[in-house]
Amino acid sequence: MIGTALATLVSHWRRKPGQLATLVIGLSLATALWTSVQAINAEARASYDQASAALGGGSVISLTAPEGRIHRSVWAQLRRDGWDASPRIEGELVLADTVFALIGVEPLSASTSQAMVGGGEGVGPAFLTAPGVLLAAPETVEGLAAHQADLPPVQASAQLPRGQVLTDIATAARLLDRGDQIDQIVINPDAREGLTPLAVLAPQLDRVETTDTGEVSRLTGSFHLNLSAFGFLSFAVGLFIVYAAVGLAFEQRRSTLRTLRALGTPVRVIVASLLIEAFAFALVAGAVGVLLGYGVASALLPDVAATLRGLYGASVSGELSVRPDWWLSGFAIAILGALGATAQSVRRAATMPLLASGQMRAWALASTRRYLLQAGIALALFALAALIPQLASGVLAGFALLASLLLGAAIGLPALLAGVLNIATRLVRGAVAEWFLADTRQQLPGLSMALMALMLALAANIGVGTMVSSFRLTFEGWLDQRLAAELYVTTRDDAQSDAVRDFLEARADAVLPIWSADSDIAGQPGEVFGVVDHATYRENWPLITARPDAWDQIAAGEGVLVNEQSWRRAGLALGEPVSLGEGATLPLVGVYSDYGNPNAQAILGLDGLVDRYAGTVSRLRYGVRVDPDEAQALTEALRAQFDLPADGVIDQASVKAFSLSVFERTFAVTGALNVLTLSVAAFAMFASLTTLASMRLPQLAPVWALGLTAAHLARLELLRAGVLAVLTWLAALPVGLVLAWALLAVVNVEAFGWRLPLHLFPMDWLRLAALAILAALIAALLPARALVRKPPREFLQIFAQER
Amino acid sequence: MVRVGLLLVCLWSLCVGPAHTQGFAGLGTSADGFAAPTPDPVFVFPADHGPHPAYRIEWWYLTAVLEGEDGTPYGVQWTLFRNALEPHDGEGWQTPQLWMGHAGLTTPETHYADERLARGGVGVAGVEAAPFSAFIDEWSLESAPERLSEGEDALSALNVRARGDAFAYALELNATGPLVFHGADGFSVKSAEGQASYYYSQPFYEVEGVLELPSGPVTVSGQAWLDREYSSQPLSENQLGWDWVSLHLDSGAKLMGFQLRQTDGEVYTSASWITEQGVLTAFEDGALTMTALETARVAGRAVPVRWRVQLPARDLDVEVEAINAQSWMDTRFAYWEGPVRIRGSHGGRGYLEMTGYETDASSETAAP
Amino acid sequence: MLIEVDGLEKAYGQGAERQPVLRGVSLGLEPGASLAVTGESGSGKSTLLHLIGLLDTPDAGEIRLKGETVTGLDDAGRALRRRHQVGLVFQQFNLVPSLTVEGNLALQARLAGQHDAEWIDTLADRLGLAAFRQRYPEQLSGGQQQRVAVGRALAARPALLLADEPTGNLDEETSDQVLDLMLELCADAGAGLIMATHSRIAADRLSRRVHLTGGRLS
Repeated sequence: MIGTALATLVSHWRRKPGQLATLVIGLSLATALWTSVQAINAEARASYDQASAALGGGSVISLTAPEGRIHRSVWAQLRRDGWDASPRIEGELVLADTVFALIGVEPLSASTSQAMVGGGEGVGPAFLTAPGVLLAAPETVEGLAAHQADLPPVQASAQLPRGQVLTDIATAARLLDRGDQIDQIVINPDAREGLTPLAVLAPQLDRVETTDTGEVSRLTGSFHLNLSAFGFLSFAVGLFIVYAAVGLAFEQRRSTLRTLRALGTPVRVIVASLLIEAFAFALVAGAVGVLLGYGVASALLPDVAATLRGLYGASVSGELSVRPDWWLSGFAIAILGALGATAQSVRRAATMPLLASGQMRAWALASTRRYLLQAGIALALFALAALIPQLASGVLAGFALLASLLLGAAIGLPALLAGVLNIATRLVRGAVAEWFLADTRQQLPGLSMALMALMLALAANIGVGTMVSSFRLTFEGWLDQRLAAELYVTTRDDAQSDAVRDFLEARADAVLPIWSADSDIAGQPGEVFGVVDHATYRENWPLITARPDAWDQIAAGEGVLVNEQSWRRAGLALGEPVSLGEGATLPLVGVYSDYGNPNAQAILGLDGLVDRYAGTVSRLRYGVRVDPDEAQALTEALRAQFDLPADGVIDQASVKAFSLSVFERTFAVTGALNVLTLSVAAFAMFASLTTLASMRLPQLAPVWALGLTAAHLARLELLRAGVLAVLTWLAALPVGLVLAWALLAVVNVEAFGWRLPLHLFPMDWLRLAALAILAALIAALLPARALVRKPPREFLQIFAQER
Repeated sequence: MVRVGLLLVCLWSLCVGPAHTQGFAGLGTSADGFAAPTPDPVFVFPADHGPHPAYRIEWWYLTAVLEGEDGTPYGVQWTLFRNALEPHDGEGWQTPQLWMGHAGLTTPETHYADERLARGGVGVAGVEAAPFSAFIDEWSLESAPERLSEGEDALSALNVRARGDAFAYALELNATGPLVFHGADGFSVKSAEGQASYYYSQPFYEVEGVLELPSGPVTVSGQAWLDREYSSQPLSENQLGWDWVSLHLDSGAKLMGFQLRQTDGEVYTSASWITEQGVLTAFEDGALTMTALETARVAGRAVPVRWRVQLPARDLDVEVEAINAQSWMDTRFAYWEGPVRIRGSHGGRGYLEMTGYETDASSETAAP
Repeated sequence: MLIEVDGLEKAYGQGAERQPVLRGVSLGLEPGASLAVTGESGSGKSTLLHLIGLLDTPDAGEIRLKGETVTGLDDAGRALRRRHQVGLVFQQFNLVPSLTVEGNLALQARLAGQHDAEWIDTLADRLGLAAFRQRYPEQLSGGQQQRVAVGRALAARPALLLADEPTGNLDEETSDQVLDLMLELCADAGAGLIMATHSRIAADRLSRRVHLTGGRLS
């Protein structure tokens, strides 16, 4: 019996393949977006785990010299003493106007650093012998190609982040002219036991122990949460499509269901059939969605990996593996989504009165009562969204806020549109206009799901777009302020540093030492910089809040500036003492923004820095103020006079370009997901209009009979789609802006530690409006075209058929 | 002895993977630019105990058959391989000379192994001829001048030490006989086509020392054998792998023998009979026969662990049996290497090495 | 007796607006016999058929189907008897639009687990549907659709056929044909027939006739 009932219900789809496609595609897309985000997160998690497993106890020690470089014999002696240690050279490869991060590794000892450099891919005899091989991301390979003649052969490696070039240490030493000097020794402290402690063997070196996983997970946690939230939003948008398709199918099958009941099919058999059907959809769409999701994730992963590396220094493989945790989660969400969307149908089928009219109704009854209820729920959700910041804090609270806001906006949308249409009805004159508005209102329930999806997508687009653009604007301005010096010089050692400083004092407008020392800042590990009293800082430094005499206090050694991150984390107030490691404190005189840096940072007067951190100050770097026209000549003079490292002199433009490229990568994923979500919403629109079109003949036939041509009707249909898109876009604007505000002021502060000002980009909104209208028109075009081509006979049949 | 190729394989394991299928572990390649061994070599010591960068491959290969105070047999291996990517030395990082160390310790129940990789030129691995010192990381094989008498060969008194995850050893080696030269005065032919290597040994060590095992330290004594060999292309293209033995006979005589297995099923054999006084007689292809009597499943493949070894010219007909059938060197390039006991016409102990038993895809993919 | 109806009462609506539709209706039907229920619109004909067809439950009174009291049955029990004992030719229980004529014909028989291909063939032939078996309902005329409904109702060989204005939407000639077929097939299958109609001509063709006025038989 269940077989017959199921076959009867399923036969509906054979007659409505378009509806079936809508349902499966909708569910597949929803699953795909969700799965792709899950896959990316799972890959990242696995990479963290793998890195921590490869490193034994999940920690790695890196040794650096306070004076900057280490002689390679120090590393060799550590190996001879049994330590699992590998040397590393890091520098900047400056080619014409482009800067590449060059990393030299020693593959034969790299059991420790292997996980950090993205595997030993391509390491063969050619890699180890002159001229060597450079490994770089495919995009970077293109950038390097222009300079091929001066460089060793370049080989593409998908595992490397853009802008980074990996090579053998011998090649790196040659390119960067490092001789016997290395930058860092990476040690796996857990590989071997019973060794002489590092403190005894290399007391002169700074030891930084990274207890990897925990740190990386904590730092990247909010980023992944961010991605997850986006994935869930996409899923929700996709689910709207499924919900709409399932609801429509229920209405269209209402008479069939009643007939089955009348013919003696028990309710439980009907319910079971509907559930089996939903489950089958979930399996098929889940499989398609998981496959699609794999594709999307594979395409996005390199950027995510680059973001994670650029922003948090966390290494994630650029290649996606098929892991049960994400594909199972993909299937689970598909099943959950399908069952969720079917739940209402099932409930209605179970309680459906046997003897109600067999007429097919508009599939959600439009009633004032219903709109009032929706408006009420929406207002309640907005109130909740407003309350959340007062009740809780943290990234989760931020996302709860966003969820309430978006859900409320979505639920309230049909009521809002109905209200607008009501008012418009009262304002217009003319039969066609009145009929048009009334008919639009009647169609609202059928379109509301698609419109909700469109609004969510638009709001997300406006919100995230505003956030990213605001961030970019702020970031560029900040870079301009922060990178005020024309040249940045790095010297090899203290002696050269002094010589370079003397050399520059005579030739430049100002020489600004960029000296630093590692220190705890208000209980957080970080870096302290010393500055001289100079107009460059007074005029340019990006202060968020400061006492009026902040720079005087700094110059006098009586105050300290900290970066925004440490200020927020420690909850400091101006004038409050800031502890700077080993008991020393100075009052806080100002806070500056410091984007892209996860760690704490502070600024003292230069003398104060030298006094307090006498033994550990690195005094190798300088900012140089010089007439921009003379910068090039001075660079050449510096290079001619001193044996500076290859990356020893960098101009402002290169640093900016490098920083901006890191920034662009950070939001590449967000952008991609944004576009995908919008596409899904457009599809929802298309699906709804197409299916509605088939049900609309009875409404159109009388109007046609009264003298409107089919072409006129079709134009009105297009107009309707456009009007609804514009109204939806208008509704999405404020929601998107509040979303942007929440992202900038709540989520970013929690995720990254900095708060950004909100900028408005009306041109972007207009572009989005055009996009929304275009999507709606394209979606409406097909049904409208069908309408024009409909033979009169079909209109006439409406009158003949008793429906 | 034919322990060629380990280093090459080591490098290939680092590089793109299973590119080579020709000969065993890719040794069929030509030796462009590298020096090739020529007949009638003249060795100059101590210089020739040091590295020969112009040759592609070279090793310092020590095997020791040992016994605990309770009579338990043990085996120890210490090897330093040199592999040149290009036929010259270089300054600092820029050297094309790469090094690999293998250490093994075999008990009747367990086989321990570890390996080290390093590049030359930067003080992490290398060999100094005088005073003799071969090292990689904290592993070393070094001369003990305080135990050397005037004019004695530098290799006659050595200390060796190595450590792995679960084992360590430190042994003193004192030679009771002279260096011996295989083949024609150290020119050892490896195939009918004439591939050859320079090959000499110090097979006369008396050993004392301590093994560190998870169960605690064990004091041991016994005999050891050091092989020195260098060449550039010792294998013929049709050779698949080899079976090699070094036998310390109770009579005081020693035997080195190997067979190279060919793709056509034939073998190429070679043997050196060394008297107690250190007089070496070389036997050409066919004089020695080695017959597998019993195989064991080792690391997923069938490996012969009991052999019949015959050298009729010296009335030798013995069975050679592994002390631990699972003496598998689970290194980047994996092979079988372990101590054996000898029964038959002669008694004694020795070492057995076998390569090329990897079947189907495993020989190419075993390396990570 | 095939059907015994005793003192049926049914009202619709809530509280003060409650409208009695049936006020104590009693009747009986022998196997193979046919009964016409006539009456004005709103006289309760459909409600009476719904109650006898176990689509609805009475407020008071009793229905016995083949001697078994069915008025107290739960939903599943009523569904079981509908499936096996009752055939329905009602206007609002239209054909399933996504099934072919053949699929619609066999639907109830399949649900009841009593599918008999030969019997379906016979029905299709007798109903003049043989040429349309692979068509969908929307491709048929009203008379053809109603003939499919008759066939579907008889496919499971029910003991009782209930027809509510089966010819209401058909022209005279077509309704005669449908009526003839229904009576013929009922007789052949030995099924009892209760038909609601406001057409006297149709009612006269059946063996007995009762008239409903204001919820009472007269």
